[in-house]
Amino acid sequence: MWDYVKIVLLGLVALFAAIAANFAQDLAYQVHAILIMLIAGGMFLWAVRRTDEYVVPTDNSQEYMDGVVRYGVIATAFWGVVGFLVGTFIAFQLAFPQLNFAWAEGYANFGRLRPLHTSAVIFAFGGNALLCTSFYIVQRTSAARLWGGNLAWFVFWGYNLFIVLAATGYLLGATQSKEYAEPEWYVDLWLTIVWVAYLAVFLGTIMTRKEKHIYVANWFLLSFIVTVAMLHVVNNLSVPVSIFGSRSVQLFAGVQDAMTQWWYGHNAVGFFLTAGFLGMMYYFVPKQAERPVFSYKLSIIHFWALIFLYIWAGPHHLHYTALPDWASTLGMVFSIILWMPSWGGMINGLMTLSGAWDKLRTDPVIRMMVISIGFYGMSTFEGPMMSIRAVNSLSHYTDWTIGHVHSGALGWNGMITFGALYFLVPRLWNREKLYSLAMVSWHFWLATIGIVLYASAMWVTGIMEGLMWREVDAQGFLVNSFADTVSAKFPMYVVRGLGGVLYLAGAIIMCLNLWWTVTRGQEKQVSAAIAAPAE
Amino acid sequence: METYSLMREFADSWMLLMLFMFFVGVCLWALRPGSKDTHKDIAGSIFRNESKPAAAPRTGLPDVSERIAQFKESRL
Repeated sequence: MWDYVKIVLLGLVALFAAIAANFAQDLAYQVHAILIMLIAGGMFLWAVRRTDEYVVPTDNSQEYMDGVVRYGVIATAFWGVVGFLVGTFIAFQLAFPQLNFAWAEGYANFGRLRPLHTSAVIFAFGGNALLCTSFYIVQRTSAARLWGGNLAWFVFWGYNLFIVLAATGYLLGATQSKEYAEPEWYVDLWLTIVWVAYLAVFLGTIMTRKEKHIYVANWFLLSFIVTVAMLHVVNNLSVPVSIFGSRSVQLFAGVQDAMTQWWYGHNAVGFFLTAGFLGMMYYFVPKQAERPVFSYKLSIIHFWALIFLYIWAGPHHLHYTALPDWASTLGMVFSIILWMPSWGGMINGLMTLSGAWDKLRTDPVIRMMVISIGFYGMSTFEGPMMSIRAVNSLSHYTDWTIGHVHSGALGWNGMITFGALYFLVPRLWNREKLYSLAMVSWHFWLATIGIVLYASAMWVTGIMEGLMWREVDAQGFLVNSFADTVSAKFPMYVVRGLGGVLYLAGAIIMCLNLWWTVTRGQEKQVSAAIAAPAE
Repeated sequence: METYSLMREFADSWMLLMLFMFFVGVCLWALRPGSKDTHKDIAGSIFRNESKPAAAPRTGLPDVSERIAQFKESRL
């Protein structure tokens, strides 16, 4: 029965996409319609050819569903390199505007590539990392196979289709111009469907768990899934201009729209890039250190404090705007209070190594995880500081903000993801060990030096331009024009670009290392003691 | 009173109190006496069921002798 429903649905989707491609009002929509038509058409043919075939019934409830995790690991590594590459390129576009090639104007200039970079690293690299690690963690800590059969595959492919639609849309100019929520209405609707399926798989697995308690990592991951669903739906309330076009009109306007956007924007940081990745930290750091988390009580308090505080911090993005003062003060105060649980979590992660600090010397993977927790602590100190109105009046609109974001994203999210990938690949492909620990060390140092170059260049240039913008002479006239700051920033822009090159080089070394782990690594041997028959 | 003021009034008083009490309650619950063994058991759950799902549901704490063995092992 399901086969027939599938065929009907796929046929209808392919037909509608063909009609939509014909009536399309803009290029981005047309390209997307053709893409969907091809995918749905292809799946339609595939489904028709397999209908009513006899399938050998198998019971795999006693195995974990790791295929989708493996695909997620590959997607994470792939999108990571793509995102870092685009980021490095646009960094050099800022330093050398000639790289905004005339022939690619309107497609590959900075304005089009910038959202491609942010979405590629946050949603494609980070999102796939969260998908695959959450599927891995929830199965192990629930001692149950993923719930919902092939629904997990739908989530994986559906999410990656969302990424392709978003990325191609940016290049072709489909954007609702909300930061980190650029995709237009039909892409948003698709993501909503995928996300509900994701929630169902995750929650279903937790509900069929064989362990009595829900491990803290799952709390963080579940809060990430639920909150992102809420944020996504509310911030993307819009009415399409036409069903055959990508344009839409937002339901909110003015300062309400701005507040909704930054309520979304900051909680995307708080729940996507923090809560979700803390879920990874609470699983992979204890696993790699081979010791349980330092304090389980602290992890519970960390979780609830983070949940209660983060949701209020958004207004600190809107200091000195039309937003009422009380609202931006509220955002600022909550951001500062947030410093405490963040550092509680950092201490909990770091102290998990107490009694096993020697591993820092011998295990570059744990070194990677520890530095990521260090960057978590650093950026969760810097963030509250920058949310203070007086500091923000200097830092806002400058590259200090960019530096802050990257110390969090490259340092915390990037490094913990790399650590998780190094942990997962030998286990998922049943290998004895990683291909080369020396390459992990190279990756570690390239990435770390890259971040340091990046962050310090952005601090210098950000504070410099902030000071230049506000400098007035004795008569009260501004001393510098905007173009003066741009030319003064050139050396720092070059250093930042070089930092990106180092970080990208490290990621490529990781990909090679992981590839060779799978292709050249030795298969893990079941130890003889277990294999021998009991006599 | 218009809707906005009414909801602000409620949000600033009872809702704030309720959320805060919930948070305090959660913290106290986490720190309750006797939670140590439970938390130790949960923290150790990541070291079980590494390669395949559990056959039977696991309920409650392991029995005392097993816990003593685990304790001794962790002291080594």
